[in-house]
Amino acid sequence: MIEQTVFYIFSALLLMSAGLMITVRNPVFAALFLILTFFSSSAIWLLLEAEFLAITLVVVYVGAVMVLFMFVVMMLDINLSAMREGFAKYLPIGVLVAILMALSMGLVINAGEFGLVSDSIQRHSADYSNTSELGLALYTNYLYPFEIAGAILLVAIIAAIALTMRSPRSTKTQKPGNQVAVKSTDRLRIVKMKVEKPADDPEEVSKKDSEVTTVVKESP
Amino acid sequence: MMEWIRSNLIMPSVEQLFPLAMHAYAALTIEVVLKILVILVPVLFTVAYLTYAERKVIGYIQGRIGPNRVGFFGLSFWGLGQPIADAFKLIFKEIIVPSGSNKALFIIAPVLSFAPSIAAWAVIPFGDTLVLADINAGLLYVLALTSLAVYGVIVAGWASNSKYAFLGAMRSVAQIISYEIAMGFALVGVLVAAGSLNLGDIVNAQSGSVIHWFWLPLLPLAVVYFISGVAETNRAPFDVAEGESEIVAGFHVDYGGMAFSVFFMAEYANMIIIAILTSVMFFGGWLSPLQGILPEAVFEVPGIGILLGEGIHWLLIKTSFFLFMFLWLRATFPRYRYDQIMRLGWKIFIPITIVWLVVASVLVVMNIPPWFA
Repeated sequence: MIEQTVFYIFSALLLMSAGLMITVRNPVFAALFLILTFFSSSAIWLLLEAEFLAITLVVVYVGAVMVLFMFVVMMLDINLSAMREGFAKYLPIGVLVAILMALSMGLVINAGEFGLVSDSIQRHSADYSNTSELGLALYTNYLYPFEIAGAILLVAIIAAIALTMRSPRSTKTQKPGNQVAVKSTDRLRIVKMKVEKPADDPEEVSKKDSEVTTVVKESP
Repeated sequence: MMEWIRSNLIMPSVEQLFPLAMHAYAALTIEVVLKILVILVPVLFTVAYLTYAERKVIGYIQGRIGPNRVGFFGLSFWGLGQPIADAFKLIFKEIIVPSGSNKALFIIAPVLSFAPSIAAWAVIPFGDTLVLADINAGLLYVLALTSLAVYGVIVAGWASNSKYAFLGAMRSVAQIISYEIAMGFALVGVLVAAGSLNLGDIVNAQSGSVIHWFWLPLLPLAVVYFISGVAETNRAPFDVAEGESEIVAGFHVDYGGMAFSVFFMAEYANMIIIAILTSVMFFGGWLSPLQGILPEAVFEVPGIGILLGEGIHWLLIKTSFFLFMFLWLRATFPRYRYDQIMRLGWKIFIPITIVWLVVASVLVVMNIPPWFA
């Protein structure tokens, strides 16, 4: 019963935050509601005892992807009215895509399996680690799909960097190797000179003293 | 009168209100809440006195005395009352919400910063059986929570609607994201070496003697993990996020009173978490450093055997040492330049961890003694 209560609380939170995410005006709030959505779905996965997937969802999406999202959303001055203009024009396409996605999801999950009671799911004991099971499955039966997905991701990363680095480099950077290799003799010249006899005039003395100091040379 | 009430009003008994199943839940809930209190009260006490320790340690390193006035019962007691006086001051200070700020987010940001640093304590093993939640994915849970701490900073920086706060938040976020990767890879190294994500199993995998602890086979990872931890908590020398000479105080420049102090407490709680995780993952947790040196019979001696053998006191000693390292670093090193921080994170730490991941895997696969025999 506790489990069902927790499920309903988090499902309500999930639906509410997902709805708010697309209706709220401020893009920063939209990003924050998306984070809440990820969180609630992660809690629902935890209820399914899929702790690896649940925590990975938090680590990857909440901890990394959404932080970068927030970064961009906060930095950009997004014009809201321009974004709303095409709403009616794109609505039919949006609805079509939504229906297609709902259909494909229904086909994948198989609607016949839907039931309110979770008795049909086989439960494992507490010492069963689905993390290691997932690892075994990924690196044995699904090795090629996994490797191909990794290669695609790598290509995407390199492409993203290549796209941002197209323009000739204009920023100036320091070379740490040169900084580390610097010797004290490169920066400092010690001038040896004879001690001069102090003059009687006190002003003369201070003038003479200031000459007997080290001279700092500007680095080349 | 009582009879009348009983007969006329249907008074449900306790059993009717709370069926037996609910009793079990209630008992479990109370037990867990008590356990949480047993962990959290010392943690918050340590947070308070860590600020005192910091001021004293840095004071002595710099040839000063540090706080020495506030004590108890009219006596100074080396200034031990200072954290309590500070707490009183902060509690009674007014929290000013800037008029241009986003009020809801402004108030919620310190909470977002503090909650993950407290929640991470759930999986910390203090002894063989002394752990609140003995979950299989403990290491992942810790990684997830440390990656959440950034939201308090980013939300505070944005909600304040101030340039300094925003710049501080941007610096902090970029830094935390960069060092989180090195930190995650270091944790993967621990996972490879221990063969488990459960923090208790990780400690047990290190049993034997001091040289069996993972600091030796995973030495580069231990160093990278601790330094990344210093960077993650925005502590000196990585404290550009609040660099007072450039951006006043960074993301919490507009916060005052308790709202500020919650950020402050989060920072110190995070320091304790990093220190305790370093000792759990690389320095044998609750295991005794005398194990494998003294004969086993010594640990059986009543009284002194408990002190010399494994126990929570060793974990506390190790944690205190790493906390001292935090203070020591702050008193010793000047602040890094921002490009140096980024270079260290991306170009030095991440390659080191990736290379050592391969080395650790080879050590494990080849069953290299004494660690993986």
